[in-house]
Amino acid sequence: MSAQIFPRNANALVWVSIIGLVLLIGGIVAALVGLYLSPWYTEVGVAKEQPVPFSHKHHVDQLKIDCRYCHATVERAAHAGFPSTDTCMSCHSQVWTNSPLLQPVRDSYQSGESVVWNRIYDLPDFVYFNHSVHVAKGIGCASCHGRIDQQHLTAKAQPLYMGWCLGCHRNPEDNVRPRDEVFNMAFDPRSLPLEQRVALVAEYQIPTDGRLTNCYVCHR
Amino acid sequence: MESAARTLNPSRLARVAWIPLCLLLAACHIDMYDQPRYTANQPSDFFEDGRAMRPPVPNTVPMTDEPPDSVMLTGRANGELAVELPMELTAELLERGQTRYNAYCAPCHGLAGDGNGVIAYRGGIQVPSLHNDRLRTVQVGYFFDVITNGINRMYSYANRIPPEDRWAVAAYVRALQLSQNVDANDLTAEERQQLGGQ
Repeated sequence: MSAQIFPRNANALVWVSIIGLVLLIGGIVAALVGLYLSPWYTEVGVAKEQPVPFSHKHHVDQLKIDCRYCHATVERAAHAGFPSTDTCMSCHSQVWTNSPLLQPVRDSYQSGESVVWNRIYDLPDFVYFNHSVHVAKGIGCASCHGRIDQQHLTAKAQPLYMGWCLGCHRNPEDNVRPRDEVFNMAFDPRSLPLEQRVALVAEYQIPTDGRLTNCYVCHR
Repeated sequence: MESAARTLNPSRLARVAWIPLCLLLAACHIDMYDQPRYTANQPSDFFEDGRAMRPPVPNTVPMTDEPPDSVMLTGRANGELAVELPMELTAELLERGQTRYNAYCAPCHGLAGDGNGVIAYRGGIQVPSLHNDRLRTVQVGYFFDVITNGINRMYSYANRIPPEDRWAVAAYVRALQLSQNVDANDLTAEERQQLGGQ
C-alpha cells in the first residue's frame, strides 16, 4: 500500500473549487448581462455631445411647438425627418439671433455646410423601421422616445432591443392610443380602459394574427 | 460504446475547443449592422458636400399626378393667384388644415390667427394678424403662395408642408377668418345663446 498522495482536506478543496467555478462562471455571465443592459452599453439616458445644446424641453414643453414642425416627414416617410438648417433658421433668423450657442447654425446657413449632429437612435441596418406606419396606427412618439419633451439634452429612452419591439408587436393594445393623441407627449395610453384600446387596435386594423411578429416585418 | 468513449476523450475535446471560440470572435464583426449603403441623413465621403442625401438637380419636376404648372402645385391659374381651391372643400380638409396650421403656423400666427403665437410673443416679433381687410379679401391662392415661397421674414414652408396640405391650411385660414368676423345677425338664435348674447 502506497502512501496517500492527497491530504485529508483535499476533499473540501474539490468542493470549494467546483462551487467556486460555478460561482465564477455565473458571476461572469451576470456581469456580461448587466453590462449589456447598462446605460454604458445601451446609451439609455446618456446625452451625447452635440454642436448645439438643443433642448426639447424648451421647444416642446415650454414653447408648445408641435413635433412635426421640425420632424416634418414623420407621418409620410420611414424617416421622421431631421430638421434642416433652414428649419432652425425659420425661427432663429428672428429670435436669439445673437446667441453664441447658435453660431454653428448661422455658419451652416451662410456656408451651406451641414451641421453635423450626433445620432442618438441608430438602428442596425438590418432593421427596417418606418415611422409613418407607427404614427398612422396610433403609436405615440412618447411610446418609444419617452418624455422627450422633458429632456433638456436629448438621450435615448430605450435600448431598442428586439425583445422590446416584439413586446409591442405581440400586444399592441398595451401602447395604442387615439390618433389625435399621437403627438401629445403627456398622454398615457394606459389611462384608457383595456377594452377601449382593444377596440382601437381593431379600428386601426393592426394585425393581431401573429403577422406582426414574422421576421420579415422588420428584417427584409 | 467505443465511439462514445472516443468522443469524450479529453484530448480530443481540447483539440476542438477552439471552434466555439472562433464562432464567438466571428460574431464580432459589424458589417451587417453598418451595411455599405446610405440611410437618411448619413454622412458620405463620396460626395463633395459630405451628404449622402442629394438635393434634386435644378428644374426637377415632382412625380405627382398633377402637371407641374397646375393650380394644385403652383397656387396660380394662368399666372394669376387662384381664387378657388383646386379640390373639394370638405370637413376633412378643414380638419387636416387645422392640424397643419396648429403645427406649422400657430407658433408665430397664434392658434386664432391674431399674430400672437408663442414665438412672436416671446421673441417680440410683429406678426401680422390674419384678421384684417387685406387678408380677408385676398385670393385663397395667396395663402398657398405665401406658404410655398415665404414672404417678408417668413421662410418658405414648401419643404415641410406638401401642396395638398398647403391648400388645407389655406382653407382653414379662411375658416379662422370667418370665425372672427361673423355678423351676429347671420347666427341662429341658438348660436347667439352660446355666445352669451341675445
